Amino acid sequence: MSSETDTMLAIEGLHAGYGRVEVLRGIDLRVGVGEVVTLIGGNGAGKSTLLKAVIGLIPPSAGRVRFLGEDITGIQPERAVKAGLVMVPEGRMLFGPMTVRENLELGAHSRGKTDLTEDYERVFELFPVLADRQDQSASTLSGGEQQMLAVGRALMARPRLLLLDEPSLGLAPKLIGEIFAALDRLRSEGHTILLVEQDARLALRHSDRGYVMRTGGIALAGSADDLLADDDVRLIYLGTWHGGEETT
Amino acid sequence: MGGTELLQFGLAGLKNGSIYALVALGFTLVYAATGAINFAQGEFYMLGGMLSVWAYADLGLPLPLAAVTGVAATAVLGGVFELAAIRPRKDGDPLAIIIITVGGSMVLSSMARHLFGPTERPLPAFSGGGSVKVFGASLEVQSVWILGMTALAVAALWYLYNRTGLGRAMRACAVNRDAARIVGVDTRLMVTVSFVLAATLGALAGLAVTPLTQTVFDVGPSVGIKGFAAAILGGLGNPIAAVVGGLVLGMLESLSIAFISSTYKDAIALIVLLSVLFLRPQGILGRWRREKV
Repeated sequence: MSSETDTMLAIEGLHAGYGRVEVLRGIDLRVGVGEVVTLIGGNGAGKSTLLKAVIGLIPPSAGRVRFLGEDITGIQPERAVKAGLVMVPEGRMLFGPMTVRENLELGAHSRGKTDLTEDYERVFELFPVLADRQDQSASTLSGGEQQMLAVGRALMARPRLLLLDEPSLGLAPKLIGEIFAALDRLRSEGHTILLVEQDARLALRHSDRGYVMRTGGIALAGSADDLLADDDVRLIYLGTWHGGEETT
Repeated sequence: MGGTELLQFGLAGLKNGSIYALVALGFTLVYAATGAINFAQGEFYMLGGMLSVWAYADLGLPLPLAAVTGVAATAVLGGVFELAAIRPRKDGDPLAIIIITVGGSMVLSSMARHLFGPTERPLPAFSGGGSVKVFGASLEVQSVWILGMTALAVAALWYLYNRTGLGRAMRACAVNRDAARIVGVDTRLMVTVSFVLAATLGALAGLAVTPLTQTVFDVGPSVGIKGFAAAILGGLGNPIAAVVGGLVLGMLESLSIAFISSTYKDAIALIVLLSVLFLRPQGILGRWRREKV
């Protein structure tokens, strides 16, 4: 079913790493227009590295990345944003000393001088708490609010593909619920999202498809439902063996 | 010592301090963009005065036009210096950049010596050589120019930093370069802009001082050290701190002349520099917050 949709992002045989350490060893991955695709896998599997290689924070050493049919392998991050590839990075990477509003304004930096009224309204509708915090510096926000700001900042760029790196990291369950509720809304509005998550079960429940990464390669791919039902995935990443028995 | 005398020293301190503030701002802007110290900053100060003298005396331009030419030419040189010497170092390693600027500083002062000669060159005061009385103390009219130009430059920089998209992008770059890149800020362009601004501020200082002191190819390093001490004193990376650091350093120097001896004036900057580095490395106002959130 998904192969019939138009391709947003196609990664073929991608290799990348830090210095001489190769982290990604031949990744093949595809994200269709309007899909939410999840990358799951343990620590050090290369999930975050893959996102960084896609938007150009790390130069790939081999392979190809195509975005809407165009070869963007080795693109510079600032150009990736202009093309519509927008990342919500691991650890959020907000501009701490600057205000919430300035962070949002910077999110729209790639769009040049345009009227942002509509975009603010959109972000504040999704995350009302940010509207009350507009003039506070980002570093004074709670962890959950910071994550909301990070997502909001990315939305200001009007992304075609949103790359989300560990949005649940370090957040209380209630806040994780709020973040994922917002992602569900984006999904229902037709946003295309590539999501990296440690919490595989949570992520797969909010996705169309998933890839399981292991030591720099894709170990398994399938629809979210199939992966949630897969015995290996259950054992290794979901922490349960029998259906219905849910540990956290 | 009477109040008038003290005021006299205070005014001198304010004048020197505002020069240090401009040079310190240059250090701070480049540091914010690159994480490196630009040891060619003093040469921008020298070039500001020297190129203005050149435009005035050698090209025969009227003084206001010569001044603008001198500052603008230095600004362009600052940009060219970045493009030719800093940008080719692709990884942006701060230590490598520091060493490049040390070399650049030598190249710039040698070229100035070659082109403009080894002797001191004068520039007339902007509006005559008189002085004004301030509560009994006298202040050269040129010093009023220095204070005014510093105030204007600081105000303009404040506006740029806090009220424009370019300034916002520069601040973002200072907080976290990767974060700035992923929102679409061209961080290499920001480095070039920071060098142009640093050169402009240094040139303004050099231009403003030349009518009082004359200028020569080797004035850069000593002013550079004082501007650097001022930037460290205030807290590197923060523009307001650079201005505060500059004024405090100028005042300390003046007070040392008043109460100790003028012999030690130039040592004050180094004593301040070392004391701050030992006792409070983040400076008076603390470091620009660089932590990730």
